[in-house]
Amino acid sequence: MINEEANTAVENKPETQEYFINMGPQHPSTHGVLRLMLTLDGEIIKKVEPHLGFIHRSIEKMCEKDSYQQIVHLTDRMDYLSCHMNNEAVCLCVEQGLQLEIPERVKVIRTIISELTRLSSHQLWWGVMGMDLGAITTFLYGFRDREMITDIFEETCGARLTMNYNVPGGLMFDIHPNFQKRTKDFITYFKKKLPEYDDLLSNNVIFTERTKGIGMLSKEDAISYGVTGPSGRASGFSCDVRKHFPYSAYDRVDFREIIYTEGDCYARYRARIDEMHESMKIIEQLIDNIPEGDYKAKTKAVIKLPEGEYYQRVETARGELGVYVVSDNKKSPYRLKFRSPGFSNLSALNIMAKGDKIADLVATMSTLDLVIPDIDR
Amino acid sequence: MNNELLRSLISSKVPEAEFSGEETQFLNVIIKPEDLRTLTEFLRNDPQTKLDFLFCMTAVDWMTHFFTVYHLRSTETDQTLVIKVKINDRENPEVETVCDIWKTAEFHEREVYDLFGIKFKNHPDLRRILLEDDWVGYPLRKDYKDEANIVEL
Repeated sequence: MINEEANTAVENKPETQEYFINMGPQHPSTHGVLRLMLTLDGEIIKKVEPHLGFIHRSIEKMCEKDSYQQIVHLTDRMDYLSCHMNNEAVCLCVEQGLQLEIPERVKVIRTIISELTRLSSHQLWWGVMGMDLGAITTFLYGFRDREMITDIFEETCGARLTMNYNVPGGLMFDIHPNFQKRTKDFITYFKKKLPEYDDLLSNNVIFTERTKGIGMLSKEDAISYGVTGPSGRASGFSCDVRKHFPYSAYDRVDFREIIYTEGDCYARYRARIDEMHESMKIIEQLIDNIPEGDYKAKTKAVIKLPEGEYYQRVETARGELGVYVVSDNKKSPYRLKFRSPGFSNLSALNIMAKGDKIADLVATMSTLDLVIPDIDR
Repeated sequence: MNNELLRSLISSKVPEAEFSGEETQFLNVIIKPEDLRTLTEFLRNDPQTKLDFLFCMTAVDWMTHFFTVYHLRSTETDQTLVIKVKINDRENPEVETVCDIWKTAEFHEREVYDLFGIKFKNHPDLRRILLEDDWVGYPLRKDYKDEANIVEL
């Protein structure tokens, strides 16, 4: 007996149907709680719709009742891998409002610690990026080297992850006597280790096949979506705050803004590896030249910013973090907005992943280097 | 490109625009909701201004009115401008979307809608982004009362 329907199905191409898949909220490659709703045609991604806010803690609302000293502590909990830069952004904003003159020593120490934070963040990113694509060794290497930086932080700042080393006006306390020596030791050590990163991943055929030409983002889209940081610079968008709007001691150090024009996963990967070299260069220039002086400018116990609006941006490991403060001359800001880099970077995920295979989405997300608390705030 | 030139260009396009904050960091311009589209399209596409990067977008609740605040920058000249749209209607605040001009606004406008309840006309997908879909009220409004939480924020 011949079934007519079966016959037609064999003769014609089988019809495909679009379907949905939930990736997350609990998924190892999202590195946190982020739900992506994928529209798929077979293995091809048609649309990525991020659902966020799983760990929204209303930081901006809390800031409206907190003093400026307290707000600094909250910013650690946004992008915890760039916590020092987040703290610095709020402190710089308050100092700008008070028109406070900051000791040179503070500026240099802040810059060194910022760059150490960037290094440790990129090391962690490199480790988990490899692991996302199936290489366990990178994870161990990345964390091994990051450990040395967290040890330095522990000694000087008193904490390993959420350091809270900045206060409005300067630093919480002076650097530890071992700080300079240990930092120099680390730089000597890591200069030898960074080429190993290249040996292991950068020239690995499996790795390059999975990253080259994947997750394309054009320069126009990068600007339009506000993709900043290494992700934006890998698309040719010159957006390094350290170069365009220098703060702390970045105006006196010599470093290169890393720009790639390919805009694929591999370019974003290269941008971060090269940034690690530049960070080490910055630290080397400053570590022997920390000026003597106070580690904190004198501030009042209760800080009130004059009426007005203040905007301060810094370059975190993920991109441009903006702090927008509207003050009405009270001890807490009237309104405070964090322009977090992760939030804008995530919005471009849809156009980056469109047309790629579902497995490529993991590489794309990994090279965007998303930190979920930074997105949700 | 400097602030004076930008001022005169904006004034020629939107005569009623008010300027403030010359002494502060950025040039501020306050406009009415109906002028937003004319001004932003002009500033984005005019070769003289070319403010192509919306680096921050938010809102402020001043009890009597809302401001939606757009921080703009040109990636070529680093010229910065802050546009503030004054919305007097507190019951049903509405303003045109700009997410076809700067795509980053799509997420940022959803956030403003979520936390302030300001509606963006012609936004392709206007729904809550950070809070749950069935959340009642708009938390960043100054008159928001959170009944569920004992700790007052």
